[in-house]
Amino acid sequence: MSSSAHHPAPMSPVEQRVAALEALLTERGLLPEGFIEQITRRYESEIGPMNGAKVVARAWLDPRYKQQLLADGTAAIAELGFGGPEGDHMVVVENTAAVHNVIVCTLCSCYPWPVLGLPPAWYKDPPYRARMVREPRALLAEMGCPLPEEVEIRVWDSSAEVRYLVLPQRPPATEVMTEAELAALVTRDAMIGVARL
Amino acid sequence: MLVDGIHDLGGMQGLGAVDHSPAEPVFRCRWEAVARALLAVVAGAVEASGGEFRHSIERMEPGHYLTSSYYEHWLTAAATLAVEHGLVTGSELEARAGGRFPLSGPVLAPPVVEAGPDVGTPRFGVGDRVRVREWHPPGHTRCPGYVRGKAGTVVRVDGIYSVPDIEAHGTARRHEPTYSVRFDAAELWGDGQRGVRVHVDLWDTYLEPS
Repeated sequence: MSSSAHHPAPMSPVEQRVAALEALLTERGLLPEGFIEQITRRYESEIGPMNGAKVVARAWLDPRYKQQLLADGTAAIAELGFGGPEGDHMVVVENTAAVHNVIVCTLCSCYPWPVLGLPPAWYKDPPYRARMVREPRALLAEMGCPLPEEVEIRVWDSSAEVRYLVLPQRPPATEVMTEAELAALVTRDAMIGVARL
Repeated sequence: MLVDGIHDLGGMQGLGAVDHSPAEPVFRCRWEAVARALLAVVAGAVEASGGEFRHSIERMEPGHYLTSSYYEHWLTAAATLAVEHGLVTGSELEARAGGRFPLSGPVLAPPVVEAGPDVGTPRFGVGDRVRVREWHPPGHTRCPGYVRGKAGTVVRVDGIYSVPDIEAHGTARRHEPTYSVRFDAAELWGDGQRGVRVHVDLWDTYLEPS
């Protein structure tokens, strides 16, 4: 092995700033040991869109669950074991042949963590936040989700305490699938509303 | 629109394409996860409300805000709150970082001392026509600029929550009902687009009858 493998790349300015604050907070006794690893593990493997996919698959299979989900999203999602910060007040909006829903947060990055995990970078970056409320039909087409003119688009700007989840339409020819197989079809983008299945 | 803060992006033009990827890692580099954790630590230590936390990002210098990633926003917010609450000093941060450590700008709004009475009963119901007040607060608000002065219809009455405009600027709190209000996109933007409705969730004081 070459010795260069043991020399890490020099830190970028932002990494130096992160390291500076981390060191000072550690010295002040404010950063508990293992906290960073705990946060990383939680959002990398414990919560994410696989949770929302289970909610969607259950709603596709069980009409009573779907009814409950649309009436009281927080309670129905809690029934499957998901809840917590940024998921305390959930509203689920249903896509149909005539209506397409899409979620955005123009002011920051509000997103339903318990069912979708942390938001992807593009959801938090300025172009998506600026354009989804102004020209959603054009932006959806640009992102690979063209919609017929007659489909009504409902944009939900998460500006207060409610967090939204889109219930996508069940794809055709999935009648024989199990709940787990259905869940595997459900993508993060479909639950944000920038894709259809 | 810049008068109300660079973060208030709804409708802003000229920002280009969405850099969309259907799959991306939760954290692209370790420093992003660290920045996220540090914000949680600082916000907990200084007992920052959601409003104070968000406002600490909104006060970033506009050029820095637009050219830095989300987790750099969180880092800047964590450092700003840590300095403002006396956990660390700006010069300590710069000495450790070996260079400039940009923080957010000062709070421009005066502290809120008297929050006013809670509002326990919704003033509006589903189907009511409402108009968003037109005002330009110097501090934090969760009323996006693009709906101010616009008329819409209440489609949902939600819970009663702490008003962010107040909690961001002191320890006083006022609680009010919130509503989801539906706006016709063609009315918002005056561009004739069809079949598009935009829903914005708004606190009671942001609204007046229409």
